[in-house]
Amino acid sequence: MARFLVRRILQGILVMLLVTLLVFGIFFLGGNANTVATRLAGRNATPQTIALVAKRLHLNQSVPLQYWDFLEQLVWHHNLGYSYFHEQPVGSVLKQAAPITLSLALGAAVIWLILGVLSGVLSAVKRGRIIDRAITTLALFFYSFPTFVLGLMLLFLVSYQLQKRGIRIFPGQGYVYFSASPTKWFESLVLPWITLALVSAATYTRLTRGSLLEVMGEDYIRTARAKGLSERRVVFRHGLRSALTPVASQFGIDVGVLVGGAVVTEQVFGMPGLGYTAVQSINNGDLPVIIGIVIVASAAVIVANILVDLVYAVLDPRVRLH
Amino acid sequence: MALLEVKNLKVTFPTDDGLVQAVRGVSFSVDRGKTLGIVGESGSGKSVSTQTIMGLTRGAQVEGEAFFQGEDLLKMARRQLQAIRGRDVGMIFQDPLSSLHPYYRVGWQIVELIRAHDRAISKKAARQRAVELLRLVGIPRPDVRVNDYPHQFSGGMRQRAMIAMAMALNPALLIADEPTTALDVTVQAQVLRVIGRLQEEFGTAVIMITHDLGVIAETADDVVVMYAGAVMEAADRDSIFYDHHHPYTEGLMRSLPAYGDDRQRLTPIGGTPPSLITLPSGCKFHPRCPYVMDRCRAEEPELEPVEQRYWHTSACWLPHSGPGRQEASERVYGEAATR
Ligand SMILES: Nc1ncnc2c1ncn2[C@@H]1O[C@H](COP(=O)(O)OP(=O)(O)OP(=O)(O)O)[C@@H](O)[C@H]1O
Ligand code: SF4
Ligand SMILES: [Mg+2]
Repeated sequence: MARFLVRRILQGILVMLLVTLLVFGIFFLGGNANTVATRLAGRNATPQTIALVAKRLHLNQSVPLQYWDFLEQLVWHHNLGYSYFHEQPVGSVLKQAAPITLSLALGAAVIWLILGVLSGVLSAVKRGRIIDRAITTLALFFYSFPTFVLGLMLLFLVSYQLQKRGIRIFPGQGYVYFSASPTKWFESLVLPWITLALVSAATYTRLTRGSLLEVMGEDYIRTARAKGLSERRVVFRHGLRSALTPVASQFGIDVGVLVGGAVVTEQVFGMPGLGYTAVQSINNGDLPVIIGIVIVASAAVIVANILVDLVYAVLDPRVRLH
Repeated sequence: MALLEVKNLKVTFPTDDGLVQAVRGVSFSVDRGKTLGIVGESGSGKSVSTQTIMGLTRGAQVEGEAFFQGEDLLKMARRQLQAIRGRDVGMIFQDPLSSLHPYYRVGWQIVELIRAHDRAISKKAARQRAVELLRLVGIPRPDVRVNDYPHQFSGGMRQRAMIAMAMALNPALLIADEPTTALDVTVQAQVLRVIGRLQEEFGTAVIMITHDLGVIAETADDVVVMYAGAVMEAADRDSIFYDHHHPYTEGLMRSLPAYGDDRQRLTPIGGTPPSLITLPSGCKFHPRCPYVMDRCRAEEPELEPVEQRYWHTSACWLPHSGPGRQEASERVYGEAATR
């Protein structure tokens, strides 16, 4: 088990290295020191800034040395570079954006997991009945529903309509930091959470339903029934326990991806998280921030994958003990 | 009164391809402490019949009666049947690996059954009981192995654990659905011995489902021979082996390696079992029967006593008494084929 974990972590590090190599290749290669520096310095950079960038990043050195420098900054100094657009280190820019995305992603994830798994179980247990059809149809509906349309609809139907009647609970736009006001933080997140959760829950409904239906055909489910257990216990303790394994791995990956930025939701609700910042940076030609987000997002996915493996091992003794 | 009496059980599965007539009017009974063997080829409805009376088949249309200790299992409220499952009727199945939950410890699974029926018993006491049970079925160092997961057990040990679980609450009836099919020969014998010993000790009745006549010979008091969802012949074990009437039973015996002459000729029954959706007319065995007559294609025979013995019945148009049956056999298999 420990050995397995070490191997997975080493693999993760290797993948991360490949990511940095790719990022470096895309953004630092092609052109002489001056063009690269211009690229990194942003749209309205003065010649002085460009010269400074070239000097700071040693762009006149050989390519391997440049890469080594890039890595060294990243690993030893946790330095993601400097945003000449924001006139701040990239790290600081991301530090402001990350909590927003994290709040959004984790909150929504909890909601969609509960929603998806419960509706999936209900659907599977009532297979072929009206309630199953209703859930399956609804899941398909939300699955194919564009996130921004759902977000805008919620904005209009909930936020706007309430505000028209003088009720200002869901602000609709912007984000309030938890440290500023926990209740306002919560209010600012409710609609984005619902948007993100509804769109993603559908996948989990279908995944749970399919997985549970398959498991319920297993011999050990027949044994559980033959033992005289209640049907509820058979479904939740015996069926769902196994059915959750594929759900858990999907969940880890989805959350990992989402931590890199919930681009559309953040846009619709005007929340300056990582996704929002990424789009903004593209518009502004703020390359260092884009590089930073790519690296952070990749790291999130890799960490999520390792966590998924861990969860697998916790769930399944056959993995744990070998 | 019999412990279990199944009367005219019919089980039909509606499928996309049509109605699957898995069980078509099966009757049998099991007495306390006795063993009933149910034998028949794959797909003859052995598992479906026994699982249906315990309420374990889903999506089936069920008709008939199944009296267990005087009450009809098929008309019972769900909760009541649930209470009987595991407590009064234990079950073990063919594949002991897939029958145990891979994610839970063996001991936990036994404790779960005990506590499902007896809320009053403490976890500790239930665990103690689980250890005892594992010892009873011959698991070495049961106090340690009780914490193992199923995959840490060998095939034979898993089936013993299943037996321990099924016998945990000392049920009146044990349904063993091909308990040895997935095991190798030496382990098979061990598992059968364990069942036999527990049966003797606790006076449990057993339904032994198998397609292995060797298992029947070793364990059964009475035998039901099934084909295409119906009983072809039913009798005490000796009559089934040495005085059978039905050509299908005869065919099964002939497929045994040691049957008949010393050349050990193997004669498997030709052909394959019929589709349960479009069954043949008349006697369901007629497409494969060496004795087939015109009447067999037109009319389906019912179970009738052989030689006026009410405990020996056969569903076949061949004569049920007198020398007619024996003569037919000599015609088909030749003089040498004495029954
Ligand atoms: N849920 C179901 N839906 C449709 N058909 C089914 C279903 N369950 C069982 N059957 C059919 O019923 C028939 C009888 O099956 P059953 O499992 O009782 O056979 P069996 O005698 O136990 O055979 P085996 O020796 O292979 O276990 C088979 O043809 C099977 O395909
Ligand atoms: S009824 Fe006819 S076909 Fe059927 S088993 Fe008897 S002899 Fe054979
Ligand atoms: Mg079977």
